[in-house]
Amino acid sequence: MHFVKTAAAIGGLVAMTGAAWAQEYPERPIQLIVPWGAGGGTDAVGRLLGAEIQKEMGVPVNVVNRTGGSGVVGHSAIANAEPDGYTIGIMTIEIDMMHWQGLTDLTYEDYDILAIVNADPGGVMVSADSEWDSVEGLLESIKNEPAGTYKASGTGQGGIWHVGLAGWLLSEGLAPDHVTFVPSQGAAPGLADMVAGGVDIVPSSLAEGRSMIEADRVLPLATMSAERQDAFPDVPTLAETTGSDWTVAVWRAVAAPDGLPDDVKTKLMDAVETAYNSEEYKQFMTDRGFGLRWARGEDATEIVANDDAAFGEVMKEAGLAAEE
Amino acid sequence: MSTVMEAAGLVFQPYVLLVILGSAAFGMFVGAIPGLTATMATALLVPVTFFMEPVPAIATIVTATAMAIFAGDIPGTMLRMPGTPASAAYVQDGYALTRQGRPESALGASLVFSSMGGIFGTLVLISASPALAEIALKFSSFEYFWLVVLGLSCAVFISPGSPARGLISLMVGLFAATIGLENPAGAPRYTFGSVELMGGIQFIPAMIGLFAVSEVIRAFIKRGGEVRPPATSGRGIFREQAHNLVTYPVQALRGSALGTAIGALPGAGADIAAWISYAISKKFSKTPEKFGTGHVEGLVESGASNNGAMSGAWIPALVFGIPGDSITAIVIGVLYVKGINPGPMVFITQPQMIYAVFIVFLLANLMMLPLGWVAIKGARQVLSIPQKVLMPLILMFCMVGSFAINNSVFGIGIMLVFGIIGFLMEENDIPIAPAILGLVLGPMLEQNFVTSMIKSEGSFIAFFERPIAAGLGLFTIAVWSIPLVMWLLRRRPGAASRPQDS
Repeated sequence: MHFVKTAAAIGGLVAMTGAAWAQEYPERPIQLIVPWGAGGGTDAVGRLLGAEIQKEMGVPVNVVNRTGGSGVVGHSAIANAEPDGYTIGIMTIEIDMMHWQGLTDLTYEDYDILAIVNADPGGVMVSADSEWDSVEGLLESIKNEPAGTYKASGTGQGGIWHVGLAGWLLSEGLAPDHVTFVPSQGAAPGLADMVAGGVDIVPSSLAEGRSMIEADRVLPLATMSAERQDAFPDVPTLAETTGSDWTVAVWRAVAAPDGLPDDVKTKLMDAVETAYNSEEYKQFMTDRGFGLRWARGEDATEIVANDDAAFGEVMKEAGLAAEE
Repeated sequence: MSTVMEAAGLVFQPYVLLVILGSAAFGMFVGAIPGLTATMATALLVPVTFFMEPVPAIATIVTATAMAIFAGDIPGTMLRMPGTPASAAYVQDGYALTRQGRPESALGASLVFSSMGGIFGTLVLISASPALAEIALKFSSFEYFWLVVLGLSCAVFISPGSPARGLISLMVGLFAATIGLENPAGAPRYTFGSVELMGGIQFIPAMIGLFAVSEVIRAFIKRGGEVRPPATSGRGIFREQAHNLVTYPVQALRGSALGTAIGALPGAGADIAAWISYAISKKFSKTPEKFGTGHVEGLVESGASNNGAMSGAWIPALVFGIPGDSITAIVIGVLYVKGINPGPMVFITQPQMIYAVFIVFLLANLMMLPLGWVAIKGARQVLSIPQKVLMPLILMFCMVGSFAINNSVFGIGIMLVFGIIGFLMEENDIPIAPAILGLVLGPMLEQNFVTSMIKSEGSFIAFFERPIAAGLGLFTIAVWSIPLVMWLLRRRPGAASRPQDS
């Protein structure tokens, strides 16, 4: 412990003197910021990756939860850190939405995105007691009834599943608010409310509804992805059923503040890639029902940028974006 | 049955049992120190539980709080300084017995009937929770809205002191709850551009401030008052209790049942249960005039009651995800951190966890008997730590706890601000508990109201359209109006008769 402290102190001094006699990176512990609470899905992904990166880099990786403000607090902490490779973090899809809502000036451009390590497509879920057994039937009912007849829930106002639902409705030629969205504190309360008869549809990822689906309380009608999901092979895609080309997925990425030195960046990307390919990571993700998805560096940045543009469009049409 | 075996497998492990023993000792210690509450014992344990598996994490809190509520009786009885607010109701009787040279009679009764009340509450928790969970699956935002309103109303009406003071305290809590970004519209409120404030007022630093830091401030402002405790022999603690059980079986049972019921109400906890049980015991006693003079009867009933409430508070917490008191409010946070999302779903998805919690409850209440005996013997030493040593130690623990919640100095800032607020409130006889409830229930109140209004397209009638919601709504309105009607009825004949009297 004493050694680590000393090492950290010396490392800090070296960094402060502008790394005059720069040593081989990394020489001191790396901090990994998770913008969501301990115990949640993002936290679990962060902690597992942290442990694997630690093995790879040979220095401790400390996972720190900086929660609150729907992710704004933690994302700010990552972006505002020194771009020296000693602070990295888990970036979540909220980075592509919160600036449209006017909550922060931060965008994905304030980060060096190292890799995308997970993605879970959205779905269409209804209560097992409901009248629908197919997404076509559900869409038929939505189209035949006046706007506001049906309600959906599963995330906060302007959250990912709210945008996902609005995007789907737009792709079907409906108004983005034809189905009223009821904000909730996440997918689980939304699903509980749907089972209690409070709302009709939950458009969150099927992984989040897995326990309720297995308990025969919730019926998955469709997945908002280009292909069917491995974990739910019987659930059709929107394209197969209603013919909509709308897809949406939440992803998790590893990111650092913008402006990393190239050698540090490459080293970190390699470490994350090794961590992603580890047996532990794959096993864990499958156990938790999370989808595996890999995209490195520029590929990952492109995915994030495309989502950012797509969400901006939908959020403006749905009235979820702040006035500019 | 296999679920129960699986749950037992989770609990009966050397590590978990060791954790239970350790937290029992910790709970005893905290409860026995005046000013440190069971709630604070929980808050201090939270950072420790971060590093544990779910079952030991929950076992830590269950055990420590059950012990602390009993241990609060020790300084209450010996020094007339209630260790926790839950002991305040019957401190007079306990202290009177000590002055008669019989502290063992009082503490023995506290110990045995605390354990009994706790076990009774646990049995209710075990038998009623799964059934309640099935009902709770039918709860939508309309029903939750009324439950939250009911909890907030109880906090005001039963709080010690006048309802007006309770209401002031509640408003402080509700206001603090509006700060930040986590509201149904996702709009930043009172954040002044600060990213930290967007995260809102975090509950645990605020609570540590209100309860513990305010006590530290008070201790430094009002020095002195340290009393040498009388010696206790530790012998004969259990001697009279068989006799008490035969003499007061109704009281013990009534205290346990009422305590459990009050604990189960969101917004009313062990301290309120103890006060009400003491009042009822006195009302139905054959010898009400003996209350307050060293009479064991009230001690038996309210001692059982406050520990019953400890268990009862877990019923709404586990089944609805609604805290029954400030301890379970923290517990709910810990449950979420551990991936056990309280609410009806947990009974379907993780039944073995729920049964593990039940087993821990029974263990904790049984373990109370031998540990309580040791604690009574050792109490003299704990009580003789000088305040000037104790208080800085407490402050240090407070800071560590507040920082650890979000690894942010901002948490310590929240703690200090709420410490001052709490001190000022108590100096002006404004109770702290309603503020805590406001802070916890405020976001739920808003969330459920706003989502209900969105669903009903702005119609208030919807709050009475679903049968359970209608029932809860009418009950809440009755709770509001009955005291008003009673007051009016009492006032009218009173006003008519007064001129005749004079």
